[in-house]
Amino acid sequence: MTMISHILAANALITAFAAVGILMWISGAISKYLTFGRIHGSAIAIMLGLLLAFFGGITTGGEKGVADWPALTGIALMGGAMLRDFAIVATAFEVDVVHARKAGLIGAVALGLGTVVPFILGVLVAAAFGYTDAESLTTIGAGAVTYIVGPVTGAAIGASSPVIALSIATGVFKAVIVMIGTPFVANMIGLNNPRSAMVFGGLMGTVSGVSGGLAATDRRLVPYGALTATFHTGLGCLVAPSILYFTVRAIIGS
Amino acid sequence: MTISGVALLAICTLLGGLLGDLLGVALGVKANVGGVGIAMMFLIAARLWLVRHGVLSHGLKTGVEFWGSFYIPIVVAMAAQQNVVAAAKGGPIVVIAGAGAVAVCFAMVALIGRLSGRVETMDEIESREAIEANVPHFKSGRVG
Repeated sequence: MTMISHILAANALITAFAAVGILMWISGAISKYLTFGRIHGSAIAIMLGLLLAFFGGITTGGEKGVADWPALTGIALMGGAMLRDFAIVATAFEVDVVHARKAGLIGAVALGLGTVVPFILGVLVAAAFGYTDAESLTTIGAGAVTYIVGPVTGAAIGASSPVIALSIATGVFKAVIVMIGTPFVANMIGLNNPRSAMVFGGLMGTVSGVSGGLAATDRRLVPYGALTATFHTGLGCLVAPSILYFTVRAIIGS
Repeated sequence: MTISGVALLAICTLLGGLLGDLLGVALGVKANVGGVGIAMMFLIAARLWLVRHGVLSHGLKTGVEFWGSFYIPIVVAMAAQQNVVAAAKGGPIVVIAGAGAVAVCFAMVALIGRLSGRVETMDEIESREAIEANVPHFKSGRVG
């Protein structure tokens, strides 16, 4: 037993790869067999990650979730700011500027609104719950944009870990509602043509939420929604820790 | 070479981070202002340049795309190391902010759709394309 924990602790980052991989297999199976593909495996994996972090916090009394378990310290490195920013930047490589033009003005308008409107709502809710500092307000607002923009913004402007955890959870919850809710409201909001799918992608953001939600509505709409949604995270990472943060600071006057 | 892709990505990330920090100093805040977003723009620009000059090699692509495909697992690891116990005390905020954001955005999709007039639905496009496919001479070819 000590030999096992020794080998796990000595290869911390490798252990983290294995642990996250296993978690993602389990999530994929849950997505397929329990939700019949309705909820994306990645969203389930993030929820399980948050759940495990909760148990990690309870059992160890620490502040770093599962990374406080000696065998899983590698999770802190794998999910730390360094590798996270590296991987997020890499996703921009798949952005095709030629495709971006196809979305046109209406896509750009939807993207802008899809970033600012959820942000304002998130900030207002955070303020209603008693947060008063610009860092926490901005981070929770950014979490209402997507579960990536939240933590990236929080780390950039120096928010606390509980606030960052809240912003991730908010973003994941949003993605899950989009996945489940879209088929039910599709008719009501006119989601039956490529243009409204592009508007939808730009407004909703989360690629997993949009592709899951559109796939359950009409599979043919997925590429149109994903087209605008892919720009959402990049735009959010750009404006949330800058323009939006300064706006919040200016308004609350700190 | 795979390493050239990884190196390109690393350089873009570092440059973006540096500019974000500089911007923070210039604006007088202790924060990285949009560093990740700036780095993404560098990478998009670099890809455009590489494609235009015909030097986007398979190895370079592999190097960047591997890290891109690694992003969800990294996000899972990030979620697993947060202070969720402390966050759980703020519980309802997650539900209200998350559900509220979705509700407002659904409404905006409907609003933009109504304001910008009627367009062909997916079914109509497919039936039109099916008819056009039977008349090959008039098939609308995509230009460019």
